[in-house]
Amino acid sequence: MGPLAANEIISQDTNLIFAFLIGIGFGFVLEGAGFSSSRKLAGVFYGYDTVVLKVFFTAGITAMIGLLFFSLFGWIDLSLIYINPTFLYSAIAGGVIMGAGFILGGFCPGTSFCAASIGKIDALVFIGGLLIGILIFGEGYALWEGFYNAKFLGIPKISESLGLKDGLMALIIVLVAFAMFWVGEWAEKKFPREEY
Amino acid sequence: MTTTKLKSKTYMNPYLAGVLLGLVLLTANFISGRGLGASGAVKSVIVTAVDAVAPGHAENAPFYVEYLEAHPKPMKSWLVFEMLGVLVGGFLSGALAGRLKFKVEHSPKITSRRRLIFALAGGILFGFGSQLGRGCTSGSALSGMAVLSLGGIITMAAIFGTGYALAYFVRKNWI
Repeated sequence: MGPLAANEIISQDTNLIFAFLIGIGFGFVLEGAGFSSSRKLAGVFYGYDTVVLKVFFTAGITAMIGLLFFSLFGWIDLSLIYINPTFLYSAIAGGVIMGAGFILGGFCPGTSFCAASIGKIDALVFIGGLLIGILIFGEGYALWEGFYNAKFLGIPKISESLGLKDGLMALIIVLVAFAMFWVGEWAEKKFPREEY
Repeated sequence: MTTTKLKSKTYMNPYLAGVLLGLVLLTANFISGRGLGASGAVKSVIVTAVDAVAPGHAENAPFYVEYLEAHPKPMKSWLVFEMLGVLVGGFLSGALAGRLKFKVEHSPKITSRRRLIFALAGGILFGFGSQLGRGCTSGSALSGMAVLSLGGIITMAAIFGTGYALAYFVRKNWI
């Protein structure tokens, strides 16, 4: 049955309508959780507000478990789901540069659009930065093309890399997430900050 | 601040929000066979703009050539429609909660100007990094985690690890 688009149960144009609706859900939940505030987002790096950690990992494990059960019930063909390829060097370096951008700018791309939608001017400026950063990457592509494509590891799942079954891997990730929720709750008590 | 005012600004319980976001992500996978994303839509805008302003350049530079070959109409892409939805959804939530307001949010210890300079610098780095890392927090880290992608989980660790490593140096901006 699923994914509906790949199995041609819905047309490509209908798929774009669903993209818009899914985006509405995405934006609504992000804003409702407080991801439209850079100071709330940055809180995860100082412990005073760990909403990022809680929402991010709850969402990740919910979707992960959902996909595994959908697959078990025969509702979705996981082989048709897009999994991002792994280029080891650029995955690490890209993440490091994004981490620096996160702590300086206080947003990631999705949250900056969410914040801009309710009038945050700092988010609009961040989006301006995103445009410039992507343009720089495109214009200088020849300089880092080799690095970008280096150390291609295929499209591995972490479970395959560790030689574990998907279900066991998922259980481990759920336990890790629970441990992090505990740390998050502890940190918010340990590093309180006045509300603003 | 009065009680009513506080109440109107209350955010959703983070675990409830996480479950809802997870269901949105699950829906995206079930319907469209892909996860959520954000930076890809900005890339579509850049490629379209470069192709419009300097078509000769876009036809010669490999970054644009590769993208235009895979996406002949960059603005008619899943991520562009999804991000338009994010703007609508964010606005609706903000409107319902009474949070619509033009402002520069920053720590009382810094000026608006400083906040905006850091926002711009952060945006530039995040934009560049999202291209190098083949996706941002949404597309690579969150969606990657849901499908157990090794690359997504590595990128996620690198994003948060670097954030923690640098947090001390810019603490004045946030605390």
